[in-house]
Amino acid sequence: MNSIIFTAGARILVALLLVFSLFMLLRGHHLPGGGFIGGLIGAIAFIVYALACGSAEARTALRVSPEGLAMVGLGVALLAGLVSFVFGDPFFTGQWYWVGGDSYETAAFSINSVLVFDIGVYLVVLGGILSIAFAFEEET
Amino acid sequence: MAEHSDANAPWVNLAGMATVALTAALFAFFLQYLPVVAAGSPVQWSWNWIPSLQINLSFWLDGLSLMFALLITGIGAFVMLYAARYLAGHPQYNRFALYLFSFMLSMLGLVLADNLIAIFVFWELTTFTSYLLIGFSHTDPKSRRNALQALLLTAAGGLALLAGFILIGVTQGTFEMSELNAAGSMAEQPYYLGILILVLLGAFTKSAQVPFHFWLPNAMAAPTPVSAYLHSATMVKGGVYLLARMHPSLSGTDVWVWVLTIFGAVTAVFASFMALRQIDLKQTLAYTTLMALGTLVMFLAGSTGYAITAAMTFLIVHSLYKACLFLTIGVIDHATGTRDADVLGGLARAMPITAMMALLAGLAMAGIPPFLGFIAKEVAYAGGLSMALTVFVVLMSLAAFALMFAVAAIVAYRPFFGPQGALPRKPHEGPWPMLIGPATLAVLGLLAGLMPGVTAYYLVEPAVAAVMSAPDTGGRLKLWAGFNLPLVLSLATFALGFVLYWFHQDLRALLARIEARGPNLDAGWDRMLERFMDFAKLQTRVIQTGVMHQYLFATFTVLALAIVVPMVLRPVGGMTLTFAGLSFLEWGIGFLICAGTVLVLLTSSRIVALTGLGVVGIGVALIFIVYSAPDVAITQLLVELLVVVLLAVALLKMPHLDPDNRQVHRPMDAILALVVGGLTAAVLLLVVETPFDRRLTDFFEGASWMEAFGRNIVNVILVDFRTLDTFGEIAVVIIAALGAFALLKGGLKRGAEGEAEKEDSK
Repeated sequence: MNSIIFTAGARILVALLLVFSLFMLLRGHHLPGGGFIGGLIGAIAFIVYALACGSAEARTALRVSPEGLAMVGLGVALLAGLVSFVFGDPFFTGQWYWVGGDSYETAAFSINSVLVFDIGVYLVVLGGILSIAFAFEEET
Repeated sequence: MAEHSDANAPWVNLAGMATVALTAALFAFFLQYLPVVAAGSPVQWSWNWIPSLQINLSFWLDGLSLMFALLITGIGAFVMLYAARYLAGHPQYNRFALYLFSFMLSMLGLVLADNLIAIFVFWELTTFTSYLLIGFSHTDPKSRRNALQALLLTAAGGLALLAGFILIGVTQGTFEMSELNAAGSMAEQPYYLGILILVLLGAFTKSAQVPFHFWLPNAMAAPTPVSAYLHSATMVKGGVYLLARMHPSLSGTDVWVWVLTIFGAVTAVFASFMALRQIDLKQTLAYTTLMALGTLVMFLAGSTGYAITAAMTFLIVHSLYKACLFLTIGVIDHATGTRDADVLGGLARAMPITAMMALLAGLAMAGIPPFLGFIAKEVAYAGGLSMALTVFVVLMSLAAFALMFAVAAIVAYRPFFGPQGALPRKPHEGPWPMLIGPATLAVLGLLAGLMPGVTAYYLVEPAVAAVMSAPDTGGRLKLWAGFNLPLVLSLATFALGFVLYWFHQDLRALLARIEARGPNLDAGWDRMLERFMDFAKLQTRVIQTGVMHQYLFATFTVLALAIVVPMVLRPVGGMTLTFAGLSFLEWGIGFLICAGTVLVLLTSSRIVALTGLGVVGIGVALIFIVYSAPDVAITQLLVELLVVVLLAVALLKMPHLDPDNRQVHRPMDAILALVVGGLTAAVLLLVVETPFDRRLTDFFEGASWMEAFGRNIVNVILVDFRTLDTFGEIAVVIIAALGAFALLKGGLKRGAEGEAEKEDSK
């Protein structure tokens, strides 16, 4: 698509979409959002970029191969599940560590395996969709 | 066939040395449990995995598993060291090291796991990793074919095994092997026969019992270190391990005794004759592995102390000499460039160390005193005399051991001291990393025989106790057990074996003639696979016409039938359709969806039709928003967007719709569409009629915040309550993405490769 307006606008849009996708990922536990939705938005950001500037440039912008990204995501999700063994719980039991307190109410924030799992989902969706989308783009 | 190896290439690299070191460390780790386990207290580690399905990750270290663990890690470390030198300079060595190490870990998991489901998973992991190892020379079609054969056969057996395990779990109420064995024999259980058959199918395919034996000699396609490992301590011993492990639960019945004795004995004797028949030394050894497996299965048929002691002692002896001899053959192959039994000879002068250790291993194999092999043979005869079907077992053992004596001479004596043929290369001694392993194993075979008391106390008796599920009385392993029937049988074995060796070249010709007349299971396997592929092609031709319209039509027809048939067979109450109380917004959304649909139906442009579909999808997303399901709505919206964009890219490349072609199908399509739509609506209305069950909703509403600290229930379900499901789903996302990627990217290339392969087969 050889539209200067689209190309110029896409660059700004992509940045916004990516930030938005992270925002959706992180708020997911309490408000609409999560890894799946975040990943979709992230994928759309790169697809917009690919439509505007070509998939070669979008691949460069992503830096890593989308297939690899998806695999890493699956690995991250698996790790989030395996962490529970360290604490003696069954597979995929959510683990919570409170920073600055000892419960949800008193802690400033938490480090938890549930968010790690969601990040894995985010990467899988992002990488999976992009590997299809780029392949589609490059097919001709 | 010392393929790819380069004498001058550096062989020390990170992947190789790390795997050797880790395996050796594991060996040391297990070694420290030797006194504990020998004293009679098994060690247990356990983690809950999926408690709701009784699936635990539990490990159980008793005499049997410890013996296996030591063999696996000990021989494994030597094999890995050997392989590092053997495959030095091979471009894919790192990959090989990874395969071999994963295989070692899977095998270790198999012998340590206590939960049946875990045993099954490790069982299949050994199948997969051995597939990668056997097919390591993946450019060779024969290698690929043999790897696939091993995979299909052992995986099919694995499925039977899974069915058997599930039957056990369901009828016995536990999946823990230690609990099952403690509960005693299952012989009185109603499903005993079914369980036994399924488990035996798994064990017999893995341990290559006749008639499933043919994959094992073919697995020789693997590089020599792999063969040494697969044949000595691992893979094929998996089935034997399982039979030993489940011995307390399943043994003792007439079926067990008869089936194991007959299959084991037939395998042992058949394989020893086949071993004598081979010219390639590696093939000879492959068949002696079959012989050993048959013998082990035969002795596991018994339940007496002597029978089990015979099985366990022979298992150790066999692992030691078999690994050593395979590795030795590799050294010979490396040095001379051939494995032909008729050509090899007189190598002792050029390769004194190799000759020495081959001789030691050969003496153990032939069962000459004072090697452990001799003791194993004595105990085996004593075991045979104590078992049911005594005469049959003893005669079959005599035949197998005598043939083994002859084969040992062919493999370990003749290449070094026999007449020399025309060698392709001038022989030279092997490098030390390839000698240290076999040498250690050969010396161990001698030491274990010289100190039968130590061997018995630390290795054999704890294993026997585990198999018998009772403390072992011990005292059976002796170098001199007095002048008794087993000793006479031993002497008869030597005499018979010597005669067989003397005439082995005549016998080989005779056996080759017999083999040519007999049924060829290997070729039969190929024919069976061919039939199967023909059937698959036929089915594909009939079902997969390649016309999208027909696929959709068939799918929706089946969907309609699937809804109608239950509705007619089991009619449920009526339904009410009311439009009262719908807001303006809801009417608007409905109108939007209908408008989108009409647009799709009327347009003759693909892009417009796609846009129309997008409108429908967005309408559905709006409905989700109106009924306050924002998560679903956002996902729906985004997916809809992506589908439109992706399809638009694809559709740009497709030809215009053909108006003439469309008109032919239209009336039928319309009817089907109306029927499916109407039925779906009817089902939804029926569902709405039944009162809503709030139990799950209440649970998630309550627990989502209290237990999982999340206010977004949908997300909490996805990432906490039902994480395993989500994990499965994202795995599917990846598989789908890779599938689409392969289709889009690989289409042309694969076509070209297919042509190339056709050329090859000509």
